[in-house]
Amino acid sequence: MATKILIPTPLRPYTDKQEAVEASGATIGELLTDLTTRHPGLKAHLYNEQGKLRSFVNLYLNDEDIRYLQKEATPVSASDTLSIIPSVAGGSR
Amino acid sequence: MRRSDLGPGVAAAIRRHGEETFPHECCGALIGRDDRVTHAVALPNTTEEGPRRRFLVRPSDYQMAEKQASALGGELLGFYHSHPDHPARPSQFDLDHAWPNFHYVIVSVMAGVSKVMTVWFLKEDRSSFDEGELNGDENPDSHPAASVHG
Repeated sequence: MATKILIPTPLRPYTDKQEAVEASGATIGELLTDLTTRHPGLKAHLYNEQGKLRSFVNLYLNDEDIRYLQKEATPVSASDTLSIIPSVAGGSR
Repeated sequence: MRRSDLGPGVAAAIRRHGEETFPHECCGALIGRDDRVTHAVALPNTTEEGPRRRFLVRPSDYQMAEKQASALGGELLGFYHSHPDHPARPSQFDLDHAWPNFHYVIVSVMAGVSKVMTVWFLKEDRSSFDEGELNGDENPDSHPAASVHG
């Protein structure tokens, strides 16, 4: 079962410049594991050194922030679309 | 060395935004193609951690910036922000939150007046930033004019 994943501009160099790719899995966690297996360059930018999703990486299943669903345990189906949407943050100190 | 070529009016728009929001940080999107920035789009700083030293572009504004880039026939190349009363060098916080492949333009705003402007690119291993070559900014603080003889 393949689910569509939308890739933001800064990560497209790791998906052969594709705006959308497909990955397989029954949950968002499984989907992300398959995604980063197919496109290994994504891993360091999605996950921190502890293997947790970085705080400025937002994942939306269709239009819902997965933090308000079941996070990475959220079930997915082939008709769903997962969007990776950056927050952009910084500061002087 | 990677480079950012700022088109007409882009540097001036970034400087104006940084001065308008001083002593708070400003932020915005850089739109263009390849390494040429044709538009600087001001975005709201939605941080809840103190806008004098932080900025945040929320996901909905990020999406809007990508759509605007497409509408303008370009790509989202990166983001700019200001460092009020601080040098135009990326902080550890900037590094911790950076995205790869983006142009990060920083303008230092000292006592309400924009000064040095720089551009940075995240290293692939996320260990630090590389400074890039910034072109198209006429401000003398960023590009000291050669002395005139004769």
